[in-house]
Parts: sequence; structure tokens; C-alpha cells
Amino acid sequence: MIELISQPWAWYISGPLLALVMFLLLWFGGEFGASSTMRTICAIGGAGKKISFFNFDWKGQTWNIIFVLGAVIGGYIAATFLPSALPPQISAATINDLKMVGISYDGQMAPTNIFAWQSLFTLKGFIVIVGGGFLVGFGARWAGGCTSGHAISGLSNFQIPSLIAVIGFFIGGLMMTHLIFPFIFRL
Amino acid sequence: MKFLKYLLVGIFFGILMTKSEIISWYRIQEMFRFHSFHMYGIIGSALMFGIFITNIIKKQELKSVEGKPITFHDKNKSVSRYLFGGIIFGLGWALAGACPGPIYTLIGNGFSVFIVVLLSALLGTLAYGALRNVLPH
Repeated sequence: MIELISQPWAWYISGPLLALVMFLLLWFGGEFGASSTMRTICAIGGAGKKISFFNFDWKGQTWNIIFVLGAVIGGYIAATFLPSALPPQISAATINDLKMVGISYDGQMAPTNIFAWQSLFTLKGFIVIVGGGFLVGFGARWAGGCTSGHAISGLSNFQIPSLIAVIGFFIGGLMMTHLIFPFIFRL
Repeated sequence: MKFLKYLLVGIFFGILMTKSEIISWYRIQEMFRFHSFHMYGIIGSALMFGIFITNIIKKQELKSVEGKPITFHDKNKSVSRYLFGGIIFGLGWALAGACPGPIYTLIGNGFSVFIVVLLSALLGTLAYGALRNVLPH
């Protein structure tokens, strides 16, 4: 059993299970959206005193904080007790493209030479780690949701705003990957 | 105890995101380079089942475990906030290679520097809150 679930999970298993997560959260009385926890954390930290956007009753969002805490623990459990025998089978074309901008595939979940504490002191590392995080947080709130809230929950409910947001996600992602990457990763 | 079920689903979500390699920075690159069906298959099949589930909940008027009806809120109509906000998010998604769910799970995977990605995302959230009144919505 452990051996079976330690293999990488195919897309046709993973996708329906993601929908199951959405269903369970709805059934429990919550909803599926990870980025709103960031607004809640700001509110818990007292940002509501200065900025009205964070002045709301965050206690009603406690369940979502517990959920993402679970997502941290789940990541630990999967990495520690269910490691795959093989590294992720990333397409050769992507590995080759990344090599052209100076990133070699190391078989990990993220390039370890960029996502390391010491790389925070390099311009490239700082842009990727700090800049990337900032854009994710800022953009998710401006758009009112992220991949879980818009691409899965919102589109499942045929929300046109979510479709616009997802189109935006792809415009931004394609611009970053194809236009901006060569400049950043050659720094 | 009320929160235990959320913790358990969260743990399952974290395992799911790791084993399906959604948290992989390289998988996100593969997606934005159209080199693999993997991410599209996951999002597409999640969406198909999601549409089915949402439809059933509405048609059957299913109630939550607490006995309240499960409701869906229509999102406010706008183009600019979703498009511009979405583009900013997409830029960050490709750069950090992670959206909010995976940021949490990568920390559990031992990529402790994603704590900085999270803190920075919180700073971005704060900045949005501060600038909200001057941004188009």
C-alpha cells in the first residue's frame, strides 16, 4: 500500500482528488481558496488597525488557517514517509529550455541552488524568492483569489470573473516564462 | 474537534500536492512552456469533477455537516481587477513556481526558504490592502 501511494500520482487521479478536497471543504461549511489565508494572517497580526481591508472578524476564517497548516504537515509527511523512487519526470524540452537560461534540472521540487537561504543575498535569488512571493500575494488579493479559488472553485461554478482571472494568470505566467526569465536568470 | 476535520483534509491536500508534483517549480515551467499535459490534465480533470460536484450540490440542495445549506457566492462583476490582478499573480506564479497552496506545502517538504516566499506574499497582501483604493477594480 505504502509502495503504491509512494509512486507519483497520475493527473487523472490527482485532478479528481483535488475536486474531492473542494467538496469536503464545502461540505464542512468552508470553501476552497488558499490565498485568502494570507489576508487572515495579516488580520491576526493586527494590520486591521491601520488598513481597513484587514479589519474583519478573522476568527470565522480559523478553519482555513488550520487547513493550510495541514497542507504544511501533509508536505512533510509526503516528503518523509512517501518519497518517490524516481525524481519527477520533467519533459526533456523543458529541461533543455531551462539549461539555456542557466538552470540545470536537479530532480528536486524546486532548483535547490536558487531556493536556498544563501541565495537571498544574490540579486537573482532575491528577485525570485522575495519578488515572486510578493507578486503572488499582491496579485492573488487584487484578483480576489488564486488557483484554488478561481481556477477550480470559481470555474466549477461558471464564474466569468474567474475565467478572466485565469486568463490573467496565464498572460502573466507566459510573459514571465518567455520574456522576462532570460533577463532574470542571466543576472 | 470542530477543526480536526480541516486539519485532516489539509494534510491530505498537502500529500496530494506533493505526490502529484503540483508543488514542483519545474512542473509549472513545463506548463507555461506547453511541454507536458500533466498540469493541464490535473486542472482540467479537477474542473470537470468540480463542475459535476457544484452542480449536484446546487440541484440536490445539499447541506453542510452543520446542517446549513451549502451556498455559492457570485463574484463581483469586473474585468480590470481580475485581469490586472491575475497578470500580477501569474508573473509571481511562474517566478516563484508556486501558488499559495504549494507555498505552504513546500515549507513542509523541507524547502525552508519558502518561509521567505510566504512572508513576502504576506507583504504583497498587505501592500494590496494599503493600495486597494487607488487600484482599478
